[in-house]
Amino acid sequence: MNQFQYVRPTKQQAAIEAVAKDANATFIAGGTNLVDLMKRGVMTPQKLVDINRLPLAKIERENNGLRIGALALNSAVADDKLVREKQPLLALALNAGASAQLRNMATVGGNMLQRTRCPYFYDTTMPCNKREPGTGCGALEGINRMHAIFGFSDKCIAVHPSDMSVALVALDATVLVSGPKGDRRISFADFHRLPGDTPHRDTNLEPGELITAVDVPDAPFTKHVSYYKVRERASYAFALVSAAAALELDGNTIKAARLAMGGVAHKPWRLTAAEQALVGKPATEATFRQAAEVAMQGAKAFKHNAYKLKLAPNTLIQALKTATTA
Amino acid sequence: MKPLSKQIGTGMNRVDGRLKVTGAATYSAEYELPGITYAVLVGSTIAKGRLASIDTKDAERAPGVLAVITHLNAPKAPGTKPEGKDPSQPQTVGSALQVLVDDKIRFNDQPIAVVVADTLERARFAAGLVKAQYAKEAHQTNLEANRPNAFLPTQAKKNPKSPVADYQRGQADAYKTGALKLEAEYVIPTEVHHPMELQAITAHWEAPDRLTLYDKTQGTMATRRDFAKQWGLPEENVKVIATFVGGAFGNALHSWPHESAAIIAAKVVNRPVKLMLTREQMFTMVGYRPHTWQKIGMSATPDGKITAITHEAVGQTSTYEEFTESTLGQTRMMYEAPNLTTRYRLVALDIGSPIWMRGPGEATGAFALESAMDEMAHLLNLDPLEFRLRNYTEQDPERNRPWSTKFLKECYKAGADRIGWSKRQLKPGALREGDWLIGYGMGVGTFGAHRGSSKANAQLLPNGTVLLQSAVTDIGPGTGTAMTQIAADTLGLEPGKIRFEWGNSTFAQAPTQGGSAIVNSVGPAVQEACLALKDKLRELAATGNSAFAAARKEDVAFADGYLTLNGNPTARANYVDLVRQAGGTAVAVDSKPGPDGQKYSMYSFSVHFAEVRVHQLTGEVRVSKLVSCADAGTIINEKTAGNQMKGGAVGGIGMALMEHALIDDRFGRYVTKDLADYHVPVHADAPAVEVFFVNQPDPHVNALGTKGIGEIATIGVAPAIANAVFNATGKRVRELPITPDKLI
Repeated sequence: MNQFQYVRPTKQQAAIEAVAKDANATFIAGGTNLVDLMKRGVMTPQKLVDINRLPLAKIERENNGLRIGALALNSAVADDKLVREKQPLLALALNAGASAQLRNMATVGGNMLQRTRCPYFYDTTMPCNKREPGTGCGALEGINRMHAIFGFSDKCIAVHPSDMSVALVALDATVLVSGPKGDRRISFADFHRLPGDTPHRDTNLEPGELITAVDVPDAPFTKHVSYYKVRERASYAFALVSAAAALELDGNTIKAARLAMGGVAHKPWRLTAAEQALVGKPATEATFRQAAEVAMQGAKAFKHNAYKLKLAPNTLIQALKTATTA
Repeated sequence: MKPLSKQIGTGMNRVDGRLKVTGAATYSAEYELPGITYAVLVGSTIAKGRLASIDTKDAERAPGVLAVITHLNAPKAPGTKPEGKDPSQPQTVGSALQVLVDDKIRFNDQPIAVVVADTLERARFAAGLVKAQYAKEAHQTNLEANRPNAFLPTQAKKNPKSPVADYQRGQADAYKTGALKLEAEYVIPTEVHHPMELQAITAHWEAPDRLTLYDKTQGTMATRRDFAKQWGLPEENVKVIATFVGGAFGNALHSWPHESAAIIAAKVVNRPVKLMLTREQMFTMVGYRPHTWQKIGMSATPDGKITAITHEAVGQTSTYEEFTESTLGQTRMMYEAPNLTTRYRLVALDIGSPIWMRGPGEATGAFALESAMDEMAHLLNLDPLEFRLRNYTEQDPERNRPWSTKFLKECYKAGADRIGWSKRQLKPGALREGDWLIGYGMGVGTFGAHRGSSKANAQLLPNGTVLLQSAVTDIGPGTGTAMTQIAADTLGLEPGKIRFEWGNSTFAQAPTQGGSAIVNSVGPAVQEACLALKDKLRELAATGNSAFAAARKEDVAFADGYLTLNGNPTARANYVDLVRQAGGTAVAVDSKPGPDGQKYSMYSFSVHFAEVRVHQLTGEVRVSKLVSCADAGTIINEKTAGNQMKGGAVGGIGMALMEHALIDDRFGRYVTKDLADYHVPVHADAPAVEVFFVNQPDPHVNALGTKGIGEIATIGVAPAIANAVFNATGKRVRELPITPDKLI
């Protein structure tokens, strides 16, 4: 672990300035991922700007939706009455992630900014373009059973690990950020990036920009929702593949649908074409299968993750079945 | 379960339970000695080659650093020997891998430097400043690619009776000409023990020739022997304390590089040194269950009698040690098979040495054998339990002699009843609930009822309590509790009057905790020590009391702190008074296995029944029910024994469904480096495990009748689950773990 400075401002502007002015500074909230990465020398910030004293933990009604503060704890959001009532999919996804202990530390903003769990990223002796641009992708020809089937590049085939983000991208959330140039809103679908030639950048945040809140607009997805996560043990494991499904049903007919997958791409993977394939159709396994086929268009596997080409559509079908009967 | 006597067989609470749950139990990294310092290891980042240079300047200048020790400046332990003399000998640090002695790299993360500082954080920071340059050589870390280079272990070459030598009865490879035959390959990956407590040692040179180690070890005597040998000291000059061990599962059966490094470091800084491994280092330098390839050929008659089995195994070892285990032992004795062949081979790779992991080789072998039994039963269209009954051995077919005891049929019946075996369908995929396919499977386990020599010291103290001491460790099974019960029962005292102390090499000699042998070995020593105490008490009573003096030995009774005489209600002597008058009394016994081991084959047996649910779309497997039944002889403590069985069963779930340490062969480095990547079961993966004990004493192993539990708790669980998955889905997974990708 490197030596680093630690500051704990109480004003948002001071926090933003502290990071904006110093290329080697970074925000820390729950620290559940960053501290691990620092211990392993994967991230070596010289200054930590602790934002836990900023008043950003509220969960409240705002403009026909929910505004969830960036510092709201994962467990607090998952247990929140408003969230459970208005956005049950988000609560399901949160509770599918990590462990109770971690959810009690991790924040909403931090959850979105989790780094990939790709083992080549974590081992500083191995090549990784995300950790050290230009060194190559260790996973491309390596052990890649956990890796992407969508949206990858030859520079990086890692996947985004968050469960919460899969629900948020499905729910059309918006990320509120504040930075040295002022405030802006980023649609959740545009928040995370595909690796392209710059896999070291996970998100479209600019230097010094701080996530302050996430807005989740009200939607008719309060009943028929499912977050189905397939992993190698029953709890506390990252997804092989996960699927978020939210349906609005009229009798047995699908009026509206939202779909996204996790564990398949460098960002939470929204499936708008598959959503379209569901609308107006009966909520049957045959419909779900057709939508899953649409969802899988363009998927490509590597040496060890070909199973995802079958697991991903099956997980999506299972999520849709579960949502229908929820 | 009915207790066999007042204490034996009861579910007495652990004597150290309160200490453990309140945090008062002291583990090896928790001894805060005056002047304590902290050591951190620097590991190599290549798998094979030489250290071309190592730059320690920055680390040495870092704040708080007391020493940076490499092969260039480490003091040479006098017992250091040239390497490679005889790799077939069990490793001790004095004879096989030694750290900080030369520039040779034999595996990735091999310690190349140890940094000592006044705080852990400073040591860790400085460790990151050590820079090494390597002269790399091509490494080999892949078992499959190196299987053509497999060799017969040296010990088998020297001794054709060795358990790893080729074995033959009847005709060789006779299955090939069998009427109905099966041939299948099975693979288990590398699995890592990962006890909750990390490997840790606090090393303290109390004088230039006197060393005290607070060490995570399963054997205080073995650790003492190894390091006395390494440092050329008389054994009594090395004291090893391991009062509490937070799980080990075999990985503290060896002396390891980090222990050597801590002792060297303590010598250099001349202060106590504490060294605790990281979770990442737990993968690389303290052993693992080796990646093993197996092949079984089996033939049977149409009415379900096995005619031949050939079982071959190729296990992985390191380049500097021949690690072997009894992968094929169960196959040689479990079923009647007139023609039987076993062949065991090793592949040496550039990875640190393996070490026995719970159930060790037998658990690996049982995965293949018990899977093959299920496959053959399926070919025969026969219930797998019925198939096993048709090939049941009433005596040991390997050694042609009787079993000491065998109550496996009782286990079969109890387990089948409890799991609801009658619901099982012969045809796979026949049972379902919605998207979940349901299946039932069974797997059998066995392990030698080993007993080693053990001593015990006992003292009756003037306050009426009994103090017993043994060097044995308690790595979790509840050894201290079982010994307390044995002593209380033998002496006719309440358990509260017994104090059993363990985990210290200065106490009476005891074997290393492992191989399910501790109650078998130390139990009788404690029993005999207590019997010797009773003889002393009888003598003391006789000196002051004519009634006792005239009494026959068998008429003297012991109960509740008194000696009484049958047929003489007035004769009564208080233990405490007798001891006070004598000024205390002490005995020491040396308990050795009897001659029955030559006449009988002694084994514990188990059978595990699993009910699984497999999701037809996602391939997720849930073990919904697990029943483990054991013929382990006398059960000393129903609760701790049951706990062992349940823990072993959960370990078996891990083996079956998730444990898998993966190496990227290009780099010769693990890509599973922590407990987020290397999965062990969480609570949600474990159903309530139902346990059944036959609880019939085995009179031939020892006077207590015990046979051992630890290994059979795990052996056979993984195939029970794999067989249940087949019954649910019709898919036979022959390479563990059974992850969803293999089922969809």
